[in-house]
Parts: sequence; C-alpha cells; structure tokens
Amino acid sequence: MSTHSSPYHIIPFKTYITVFTALLVLTVVTVAVSFVDLGSYNLVIAMLVASIKASLVAMFFMHLYYDNKLNLIIFLTSLLFLAIFIIFIMFDTMTRDNIYKIKAGPINPSAKIYDNQKSSEGGTGH
Amino acid sequence: MSNFAERNFLNTPAGWKSWLVTLDHKRIGLMYLYAIMTFLAVGGLIALAIRLELLNPGSDFVTADIYNRLFTLHGAIMIFLFIIPSIPAALGNIMLPVMIGAKDVALPRLNLLSWYIFCIGAFIALYSILKGGVDTGWTFYTPYSSSTETAVIAMTFGAFILGFSSIFTGINFIVTIHKLRMPGLTWFKLPLFVWGLYATAIIQVLATPVVAITLALLIMERLWGVGIFDPAMGGDPVLFQHFFWFYSHPVVYVMILPGMGIISEVIAHFSKKRIFGYRAIAFSSLGIAFLGFLVWGHHMFTSGQSEYAAMIFSMITFFVAIPSGIKIFNWLATLYNGKITLETPMLYALIFLFTFGIGGLTGIFLGAIAVDIHLHDTYFIVAHFHYTMMGGTVMAFLGGLHYWWPKIFGRMYNETHGKISAFLIFVGFNMTFIPQFFLGSQGMPRRYYMYADRFHTLNIVSTVGSWILAAGFFLMLYYLVRSIKHGKPAGANPWGIHGLEWTTPSPVPPENFLEEPKLEHGPYDYDKFMPEKTV
Amino acid sequence: MSHPAHLQHHFSDSQQQHESSKLGMWLFLVTEVLMFGGLFCAYAILRAWYPEMFFHAHKVLDVMMGSVNTVVLITSSLTMALSIHAIQNNNQKAGVKYLTVTLILASVFLIIKYFEYSHKIHLGQLPGKFYTFTGIEGNNPHLFFSMYFLMTGLHGIHVVGGMAVIYWMMRRMKRGEFSSEYYTPVEIVGLFWHLVDLIWIFLFPLFYLIG
Repeated sequence: MSTHSSPYHIIPFKTYITVFTALLVLTVVTVAVSFVDLGSYNLVIAMLVASIKASLVAMFFMHLYYDNKLNLIIFLTSLLFLAIFIIFIMFDTMTRDNIYKIKAGPINPSAKIYDNQKSSEGGTGH
Repeated sequence: MSNFAERNFLNTPAGWKSWLVTLDHKRIGLMYLYAIMTFLAVGGLIALAIRLELLNPGSDFVTADIYNRLFTLHGAIMIFLFIIPSIPAALGNIMLPVMIGAKDVALPRLNLLSWYIFCIGAFIALYSILKGGVDTGWTFYTPYSSSTETAVIAMTFGAFILGFSSIFTGINFIVTIHKLRMPGLTWFKLPLFVWGLYATAIIQVLATPVVAITLALLIMERLWGVGIFDPAMGGDPVLFQHFFWFYSHPVVYVMILPGMGIISEVIAHFSKKRIFGYRAIAFSSLGIAFLGFLVWGHHMFTSGQSEYAAMIFSMITFFVAIPSGIKIFNWLATLYNGKITLETPMLYALIFLFTFGIGGLTGIFLGAIAVDIHLHDTYFIVAHFHYTMMGGTVMAFLGGLHYWWPKIFGRMYNETHGKISAFLIFVGFNMTFIPQFFLGSQGMPRRYYMYADRFHTLNIVSTVGSWILAAGFFLMLYYLVRSIKHGKPAGANPWGIHGLEWTTPSPVPPENFLEEPKLEHGPYDYDKFMPEKTV
Repeated sequence: MSHPAHLQHHFSDSQQQHESSKLGMWLFLVTEVLMFGGLFCAYAILRAWYPEMFFHAHKVLDVMMGSVNTVVLITSSLTMALSIHAIQNNNQKAGVKYLTVTLILASVFLIIKYFEYSHKIHLGQLPGKFYTFTGIEGNNPHLFFSMYFLMTGLHGIHVVGGMAVIYWMMRRMKRGEFSSEYYTPVEIVGLFWHLVDLIWIFLFPLFYLIG
C-alpha cells in the first residue's frame, strides 16, 4: 500500500498558503495601481498582474506545475488559439476603411423596400 | 470457426432497453449511424425539392418564403445533423477503439451523454420547422437573423446544444487516442484514420465552443437586444461573421479530415501496398487542422472587413493547398504499382480523388480575393462546397460505410449493386454540380427561387442529375438494408487486409477482442505479410 | 493485483483512469476558455472602439464590492485545493469541511453579485435596448452593460454550476466514497472551480479597474 498509495503528487500545505498570500498581495497591487493614472500602461499592468495571478492558480492550485506536461500543453494551446482568434479579428476591426472608405448605400435607391422605409420614417416624424 | 460471430455487440446484451443505457462505443456509434442516415435522407429529400423548384426559371410549386426555408433547412440539417457527426461520431465511434486495440473509448458515459445531447439538439432544431422554419440560411448572418420573424431561436439553440455533443465526442477521442492505445502501438504505428480522427477532435474541441457563444449571443441579441452585432447600437454585424466562421471554417475540416483518413485506409488496403508517405499524411492532417484556424476570413471578402485582413486571410488560404496536395500526391503514389482491386469502397475512394480534387482546386480560385468578389454568392460557391462536402466527405463516408459494413453487421452487401450504385452516384453527382460551376461564373446568384431564362438549360441538366443521384442512393438503401439479414457472412477479414479491426470476429464481440489483441506488424505491412480473405 | 471497485473495465489500472479523466477535464476547460474567449474578443473590440465610454461607464461599478468578491473567490479556490490536499492524505473529515467552506464562499460571491445587479437594474444600467440610465458620457454606453451582464452573467452561471457539483462531491465524500486511492471526481471538480476563479481574475480588472 505505502509503495503504491501515492502515484499522485501531494503538494505541501505550505505551498498552498504561500500561493494564496501572493494572490492576495497581487490583488491589492492591481487595485492600487488602478487609482494611479498611467495612461495606456494601466491596462498593460492590469493584464500583466492578472496573468501572473492566473498562472499561479493554474500552476499550483490546478497542479499544472507537477502534472503530466500534456495537460500544460493543452491549456497553453487554448490560449494560443484564443490569441489567434482575438488578434485576427482586432486586426480587421482596427484597420477598416484604411484603403477604401466603406460607403453604405442601397445598390438601387428606387427599390421598393427603401420606399417602404421612407414612408414609415415619415410616419413617425409627424 | 463459423464465419458469423453469433455472440456480438448487436445482440449482447439482448433487448432494446439495453441499447438506451449502453456504454458500448459500438452501439452508441451505430445509433448515431442510424440517426445521421435518417437526417441524410431528410436533407436529401429537401435538396430534391429545391432542385425540382429550380427545374424551371419561374415559380413552380413553392413561394419565395418556402424556398428560403427549404435551403436553410437543407443546409442546417446536412451540416449540423448529418455531416459533422457522420464520420467521427458514427463510424469513428464504432471503429476507433477496435483499431487501437482498446475495449472502449476512454469516457464511455460521456459518449452516451453526447448521444443524448445530440438527440435533444436535433429535436430542438427540428422543432423550429413546426414553428414555421428559418429563412436565414444555415449561417444565420446578422442583422437579418436578429430581426426576421422566423424561428431562429429554436434552430440556433438546437445547433448550440448539438455543439456540445460534438465537443464531447472530440474530448473522448483525444483522451482515447492518448491513453488507451494498446501496449506497443506507438503514434507512428496508428492507422491513418486514427490520425484523421485525432486532428478532427482537436478542431472540435477548439472551435466548437466559439460557435456556442456566437449562437448564444445571437439568441441574446434577439431576446434582449444586447446590440453587439447591431450597427444601429454601436455594434458590428461583421463581428458575427468573424465569430461564426472562426468555428465554421475549421469545422469544414472536421468534416473532411476523417474522410481523408478513410481514404488513406481504403487506398492503401485495396492497393495491398504499404501507404506512401505515412508520416507526411499524418502530419498533413495536423497541418490542415492548424491552418484551418487561420483562414476563416476568406468567407468574408465581400463583407466589408478590412482589406489588410482580407489579404492575409487570402494568402494563408493558399497555404491550405500544401498539406491537401501532400495527401493527394501520397495517395496517388500509393496507387502506383499497387495490386488494386476495384471493390465498392475503393470505387468511392477513387471517386473521392476526382471530385475532391475539383472541390479543392476551385477552392483555390475562391481564395483569390479578386476572383471571389466576382463569384461570391453565386452558384459557383454552391458547386464548390458541394464538391468538397459531398464529393469529399460524403464520398469518403460512403466508402468507409461500405468498407466497415461487413465488420459492423457481419454480412456482405451485394457487390454488383454496390458498383452500380457507386456509378449512379458518381454520374448523378457530377451532372448535378458541374453545371452549377458554369451557372455561377455566368452570374446566377444562389438562394433565389427564380432565375433568368438564359440559365434554363443548365438547370435542367442539374435537376436531372439530382434524380440520378437519388436513384443511386435508393439502390444503396435497398441493398444495404437487405444485406443485414440476407448477406453472405463476411468472416473476420472479408477484404483480406491488415488492421487490428480485421483480426476480431464480425460482427465485433461486445468486448471488441476475444483475447488480448497482439500487435505483430504495422497497419500497412503488405510487404511483410499478406492476410487471407475470409469470404 | 486486486481490482478496485472504482476501476472501469476498459482501463488497466487506476493511474490510467485518473490520468484519462483529468486529460478529459483539461480538454473541457479548453472549450470553456474559448467559449469565454468569444466574449473577451467582443469586449476587446468594443473597448478599442469606445475607450472613453468604457472609462466613464466603469465608474458606476463599485470597486470595493469587486475587490471583496475577488478575495472571496480566490479564498474559495484555496479551500477547494485544500480539500483535495486533505483527501490525498486520507482525511475525509477535513475534506468535507473545506468543501463546505468553499460552498459558503461561493454563496457570498453570489450574494454580493446580487446586490450589484439589483442596484444596476434599479438605475436602468441595463444591457442593450433596456438601458435607460443617462449619466454616462460617450457613445453607446449600453454596450458596456451588455458586456458586463453577459460576461459576469455567464461567469455567474458557472459559479452556480460549480456549486452544484461541489455540493455533490461533498455528499459523496461524506459517504466515504473517496480516499487517497481514489479522488478523481473531486480533483476534476476542483479544476473546474479554479477555472471559474481564473476567469474572474481577468473579469475583475477588465470591468472594475479601467484606468
């Protein structure tokens, strides 16, 4: 029994408490920093602190530091694809109109549906 | 030894109630198979109705509103209820554990849960028909989908739930392939179908949650007007398209990758030859899965997305041709000098090479922005994705179905009927969709129930083709159903080929293998040892 | 070798079963990350489009309540981890105790969230077309509240779901179903709970601490 009882790694109690303390300190830090105006660095610092906190939780509370490395790879993969998702879409939404101005307008202004819209707008105007 | 295993997963344990609570991957897979075949039939009949309406340029027997609902239903049923679960959840579920020498998938209860979630999702999606159907197209683009009066919420909520079924299958396969391979079965000794399923599962896990939140947001938009996709409220309708295609582009590889896995199996085994470029095929599956996540914007070239984004998406789209080409060339090289036998599964594999070749190459045209602007929303697109989805996935699925049919039911179907049916499907399919390339490049827009008179001739050809296609499917239905009772017993290895699944009796026993399977050689070692045919 | 009761027939040993379940859970967490990812993405775009509005709108949120909730959730994460630590050492009693504390902390989180929500509902600081508040400068302030309610709402649903499974684990642990030999379900529920915490760690600065 004793030779086979712990195929699973047991993290010392003290480690949990240390990590918890670090999380509390970082929470205080991030709240404090938010009251200082650092321009765009506020967001950077807030995200940096949040990432450190998240890593602590993942590494120690979720045991990734001690676990099969496959689990870590899988978790990091999710972040990679999340990054792809957000970066590509931001790349679109931040660079629209840079080459050609988007001009919204009916292809056929005398089409029937636009007539209907005009008349209904006119109705509410009165 | 009898050629038909009397004690098998179909009759042990007995009673229909034992099916409802079964944890056996083969039974769950088979229930999936019945369900998706039903949905294939429903979606197919709707397609026939659509083609019938398009036989003549004017309005024949459906109104514009009904027509919009028909093509939406056809798309939604075929995509969400047939093609996504077709190969992984049905054939993959049945064969994967057997192919890696395992007793079951790693998480059998999750597997059963995924089946019930699939049923619930399917019911909710079909309930939308009772509520009058949906007329948005299967892509549910905002702002139309957030303002139309039709039953968008029921349909999208159904798709939302179906997504979880797909996710659970994906999770199950990844864990199974990582943890349950039999001793000695290393990654590079896996059959290529398993690699295909692995790449598929990765996409299912990474992409499906995004469509879940997308559809949830669409429902929120309709219920509470949250405004994220509404330009009038400062939101962005194009954002919906981004979200939707972040899932739906990778998901076309969920559809095609396991199909490519089947083709790798069938081509190697029916050429009785070691597959050419094993590692290249395996890694190209992962390559396609990864690149598939970087190209979704090519569905949106005309949506008003930034030109820079469009250029990058277009460029990466061309890269997808590389791993796809690697596969095609390796298959051709495998055929070269092989001892090819033209049984029905192999016929479908060869059809796949032809039709998927056309589908893939026309995809390159469409990846070029300038060409796409012209062809967007025309029948060229319709033809292109039917060549990849039907000419690719469905042909591979049919090949896989015929390939593993004797293993699943223990009996052979009528080979002559099989060949005739494959021929009819090949001719009917090409006759239906080749004209649509011409129609599209001449400017016939998709999703209209009427068209200009000058498109009439080609539409007649297309509709007649759809009838030939249907004849092929009806013949298949006949001989497959007949074979379950009256077919010749197949024996363990009816094709005389390698692979762990062919070493166990047919139909497969409940515990998959009567004794611990032994791994004596690789999956394609025809140069070392030639197995014997049992039929 | 004896065959433990918890071992399912298709696994060769407990370790294989434990590793498989955990791998499955991590894959599920991946789907959670990407599901929330959709909302984070929408948030990023809207905030990039309307930075001033986000700055002005965030002032109506109570930093104090948010901070307290952060601490509450982090503490509940700790007690969750400690309950696994206890069961690893075969101490069922302590395990149940820690799970109970986790549940209490989760309830505290929800109660504070309830006060925040009802205050906003009262003032008409609501998502999309229900938005009736007028005191915020900038374009489209309703979008801030759309994002706020969607993200914290989805997170809140996860808190409720997490509480349900934690309660279930507590019952099973009380019945003595777990030991240092077999505690996989508790660990898996723990992973889920930590993820709920992880997401809050990002939601907190994104909504309450816009500089």
